[in-house]
Amino acid sequence: MNRKLLRKIVAKAGFGLLLAAIMLFTVFPFYYAILTSFKSGSELFNIDYWITTFNFENYQAVLGQSSFVSSIWNSILVATCAVAIAMAFGLTAAYALGRVHFRGRGTVLMIVLGVSMFPQVAVLSGLFEVIRAFDLYNDPLALVFSYTIFTLPFTVWVLTTFMRQLPKELEEAAIVDGASPMVTLFKVFIPLMGPAMATTGLLAFIAAWNEFLFALTFTLTDDQRTVPVAIALITGGSQHELPWGHLMAASVIVTVPLVVLVLIFQRRIVSGLTAGAVKG
Amino acid sequence: MACVELKKINKTFGKIEIIPSVDLRVEDGEFVVFVGPSGCGKSTLLRLIAGLEEPTAGDIEIAGEVVTDLSPKERGVGMVFQSYALYPHMSVYENIAFGLKLDKANKGKVREWVEKTAEVLQLTSLLQRKPRELSGGQRQRVAIGRAMAREPQIMLFDEPLSNLDASLRVQMRTEIAKLHDRLQSTMIYVTHDQVEAMTLADKIVVLNGGHIEQVGTPYELYETPASLFVAGFIGSPKMNLIPARIKSTSPGRSVDVEVCGMGTVTVERDASHMANGAAMTVGLRPEHIRISLSGPDAGLEVVNVEYLGNEAYVYLEMPGMDELVVVRESVPCQIRTGQRVALDAEPERLHVFDADGHSLPRVGTHRVDETDLQAASN
Ligand SMILES: Nc1ncnc2c1ncn2[C@@H]1O[C@H](COP(=O)(O)OP(=O)(O)OP(=O)(O)O)[C@@H](O)[C@H]1O
Ligand SMILES: [Mg+2]
Repeated sequence: MNRKLLRKIVAKAGFGLLLAAIMLFTVFPFYYAILTSFKSGSELFNIDYWITTFNFENYQAVLGQSSFVSSIWNSILVATCAVAIAMAFGLTAAYALGRVHFRGRGTVLMIVLGVSMFPQVAVLSGLFEVIRAFDLYNDPLALVFSYTIFTLPFTVWVLTTFMRQLPKELEEAAIVDGASPMVTLFKVFIPLMGPAMATTGLLAFIAAWNEFLFALTFTLTDDQRTVPVAIALITGGSQHELPWGHLMAASVIVTVPLVVLVLIFQRRIVSGLTAGAVKG
Repeated sequence: MACVELKKINKTFGKIEIIPSVDLRVEDGEFVVFVGPSGCGKSTLLRLIAGLEEPTAGDIEIAGEVVTDLSPKERGVGMVFQSYALYPHMSVYENIAFGLKLDKANKGKVREWVEKTAEVLQLTSLLQRKPRELSGGQRQRVAIGRAMAREPQIMLFDEPLSNLDASLRVQMRTEIAKLHDRLQSTMIYVTHDQVEAMTLADKIVVLNGGHIEQVGTPYELYETPASLFVAGFIGSPKMNLIPARIKSTSPGRSVDVEVCGMGTVTVERDASHMANGAAMTVGLRPEHIRISLSGPDAGLEVVNVEYLGNEAYVYLEMPGMDELVVVRESVPCQIRTGQRVALDAEPERLHVFDADGHSLPRVGTHRVDETDLQAASN
């Protein structure tokens, strides 16, 4: 009996330790960034583990640069547009791939998946040519375009999977009610896809928000940059000085919108929205 | 007028022929029930009528017009699905109104129609609820309401009550019967449940492996099953099917049949196409068998007696038969397990089937068949 209890305690303690280790591993870097963002000058080189002072100098400095502020707006614009377009295409494509039987459906899905397997660098030069041809170089629209391309495969896949899981009878009921495929998609399916759309939309948004390579390649001037590039290009007073404080403050600032978004949509990412459709 | 006519309907999925060729006519205002074992194509046939499935060959006519290429809505059908398939994000009102709103012609009448439907189905107090806040029976009523709101000429039901518990099923059954009386629309209803079929139907269609075994009123199917399959399928407990052999025939008058465990019985059937000694099957409903405890051939062993309160079922072991013979006895029942008994039955209660499973024609009851009709018209 006692040994059983002991084993239970040990197991629990072990589990707690494991959790703590994982937490530390994932959260610590971000915590340290916040910590650093409140320091300035030589304080930066002291190793502390607790936030002692709230010094907003770094934040003021970063937000004082007009190019950084405009890069935030660029990022918001680019990520929002990319997500909106990817959603519009993704949902309609998912309807076709998930609910309509046609020859070559599996092939199309495999191609979609295949496209997303190329490393970004591989398509970079080709995409650059395309963007030049469209005369979009150094324009946030170029990023909207390229982000849509690289979020679509993933969006289509996830939405197709969700779309397939919706009961067939629901669609048939709509057909008997006289609904066209478009009405069925918009009035019956999309309202039920909330969780799927929140999940994919959020992931696509985060991917677009954090993207670096395309953003660096397709923009030239500071006022067309997006946030990740802008942060990377923050420089200090001299060549040999890295302004850690500013970097960290900027990083914290651009992470906040993501956290807020996740918190907003978290409630939507719940299953059970189809409860009541069919028996059970 | 909304009679439905199926003409040589064939349905093949890939290479598998599910429905070889079905001809069927459903009259206007009729309540037709499809029954049959699982996988025999009941749902497929219903979906073909609804227009959710396209026939591989053949034509479907509604009210005399070919509708094979029309959509469900253009055919004027409403359908109640086995799983209800309510739109989960819409309230009861919106569920019922969905089809009405899509119909441009009815704009403005939507509210009136929904309220009328809700009243018929006693849903008025539930109109603002979501499907997940309803009980099974209420969901079922909403599903029916959605199907009937547009006042379709034809209502189709695919096992609508199979998800409900027994008492609710009985209640909904009577409600559907009332609804049919009230709307007088043509209804086609698929079920597994014998009682539903017998109580609701004007006409029962027995399907087996994609073809129609028999079409008839519940009375006809129970009293004069056309084949062994129908005999075994309709009725609960099942009809006893006992192997037998022809002893001698007097063509056109009667036939002497030697029935396992019952000796020789003379039945008034025409067995002129069969040779003496040919194997056949005799069918006897459990309520038509009499048991006697004594007798010259009291050799059948009672293996089980089930007491159900209002009646009892006695199970007997019959040599040469895999299944046990079931006999319905009134209570109190004197028979005990292990006793040896003899069987007896009125000859006119016997159903006689030839080796191919077809019922032997009765003598005396003159049946109008095709040759008679031709003779009359000449
Ligand atoms: N879309 C389909 N593709 C291939 N085969 C199908 C399809 N739909 C039905 N079938 C086959 O057709 C046969 C008849 O199916 P159906 O659903 O009509 O049976 P049912 O009589 O309604 O059975 P149950 O009583 O179990 O509902 C089955 O063998 C089934 O496997
Ligand atoms: Mg079925």
